[in-house]
Amino acid sequence: MKKKLNKYFLPTLLFIFALTAAILFIMPTVLTITNSFMTEKEITANYGAMIESASADKKTYISEELNLKFIPDAVSIHQYLSVLFKSPDYLIKFWNSVILVVPITLFQVLLAAFTSYGFSRWQGRIREIIFFAYIILMLMPYQVTLVPNYLVSDYLGILGTRWAIILPGIFSPFSVFLLTKVMRRIPKAYFEAARLDGAGEWQIFWQICMPLSRSSMLSVGLLVFIDYWNMVEQPLILLSDEEQYPLSVFLSQINTGDVGLAFAVAVVYMIPALLLFLYGEEYLVEGITYSGGIKG
Amino acid sequence: MKKKNKKLLRTLGEWTWLTPSLIGVLVFFVIPFCVVIYYSVLDNPIFANFVWFENFGKLFKNSAFIRASRNTGIFTAAAVPLSVVLSLWLAFALNAKIPGKSWLRTCFLCPLMVPIASVVLVWQVIFHYHGTLNQITELFGAEAIDWLKTDWSYMVLTVMFLWKTLGYNMILFMSAIAGIPQDIIEVAELEGAGGWYKFVHIKLRYLSPTILFVTILSIISSFKMFREVYLLTGDYPYESMYLLQHFMNNTFNSLDYQKLSSAAVLLSLVMIILIGGLFLAERKFGEDVED
Repeated sequence: MKKKLNKYFLPTLLFIFALTAAILFIMPTVLTITNSFMTEKEITANYGAMIESASADKKTYISEELNLKFIPDAVSIHQYLSVLFKSPDYLIKFWNSVILVVPITLFQVLLAAFTSYGFSRWQGRIREIIFFAYIILMLMPYQVTLVPNYLVSDYLGILGTRWAIILPGIFSPFSVFLLTKVMRRIPKAYFEAARLDGAGEWQIFWQICMPLSRSSMLSVGLLVFIDYWNMVEQPLILLSDEEQYPLSVFLSQINTGDVGLAFAVAVVYMIPALLLFLYGEEYLVEGITYSGGIKG
Repeated sequence: MKKKNKKLLRTLGEWTWLTPSLIGVLVFFVIPFCVVIYYSVLDNPIFANFVWFENFGKLFKNSAFIRASRNTGIFTAAAVPLSVVLSLWLAFALNAKIPGKSWLRTCFLCPLMVPIASVVLVWQVIFHYHGTLNQITELFGAEAIDWLKTDWSYMVLTVMFLWKTLGYNMILFMSAIAGIPQDIIEVAELEGAGGWYKFVHIKLRYLSPTILFVTILSIISSFKMFREVYLLTGDYPYESMYLLQHFMNNTFNSLDYQKLSSAAVLLSLVMIILIGGLFLAERKFGEDVED
């Protein structure tokens, strides 16, 4: 009897727990999406209290309750129409995000592939020390790295321009760390065989190493993309012109002002990330798994 | 002589692969960080008098810095262990025989990809004084709590942190659990080891490198919680949500190089000591396990 209980009861309990947690986890995302299909009037009726207290902020809560609603009374794409056609501001900020994040992701991964080849093809004491330094650098929080970034951008005269974010982003050591781990797993025999067949290092890199690590590069690219798509710290400090702020920073300002449109903008902002996630979940999992072996 | 030249050429060839990245890292991180260290022991960048540790002394007397590091410290100390334990539990749960595993995994990973700025609205509605959470607790007769403007904000931070990080950590643990050699567990079972013994003495030992890594990663992400707070409450949050990054931002605004540099140097030292300590602890705990 006890055995049977254990066999069915425990897994069911576990499943219910896990299921509840999973539902709670996707709830904020789902709510954001469903709310984006409300009319602006319905949004203001439900969430108007948020703006009121945010602007007054005198602990006088004149307004009524906030009603978190799951399903809109009337489904409408009016919010989206306003975002797309009436207020170009959001689209400009979206574009700001794109031209910061895409070059960083692309070039960080490409440069990292190149560098990782150097770290994995030949090994030596000095290279090991440098690689270790890269790991330490990777583990430093923004609060440490932003001060050097600021100084050097100031010195190079790129402070306040997008380059102040893009250049340090490209040289950030995160992808080098992950791709070196991946490339070190490629059997040495592949390289030696190509070498014997007369291939140069450049050829070995492009024709053997790159194809073998293509999926890992996608995984690393995904992780880099999402990290920078989320950035808040760097633009606040390194950009001076608010016109250049990416949508991630700008969204915090409409939260208090333009609540009627905020949900639609939020959804537009998460679409690229969500699409990448749905398309590349396996790559993402692989990338995370690779990041796990910090020791070996 | 010719042989020597050839060898030199080869070494040069090997190093060209590293050069672009090395130059970038030196220019954007290492050299300016040396300047930061230099600034941290000067009284000001123009006259450049050495004052050694005076800037650090001032920093320890700065009430904003103390509050910021205290808040960040408390939050990290509470949220990181919680994140490690919960994600480990989730990983074991998803490794057990339950239906719909891949769907569950997708749900837990989803927050990782969703930009914080997008869901911050929902967090706001939930934790607002007149928001959802208070409406629910009031159903049970509890007093309404101002979650964002009292010390409860630590809890709000922790919830948002767990929501964001559990998926990533869970994946790391799942792959590590899959790597535990099954034969050792079978031998232990044959010798009559109980569930608890198997868990503590075998599974945890094999997982210890991953636990170390997850802890380090979570500490780093806990330093990034400024994003959530900034998006939720702007530049001036309630004082228990005033984090190190707020302090840095405000110092950047006044461009106090001495304060900035000494804070950055101090923080990097703390991180190195913390990570080094964790490495040592892991080595001690997992020493009988060969990889």
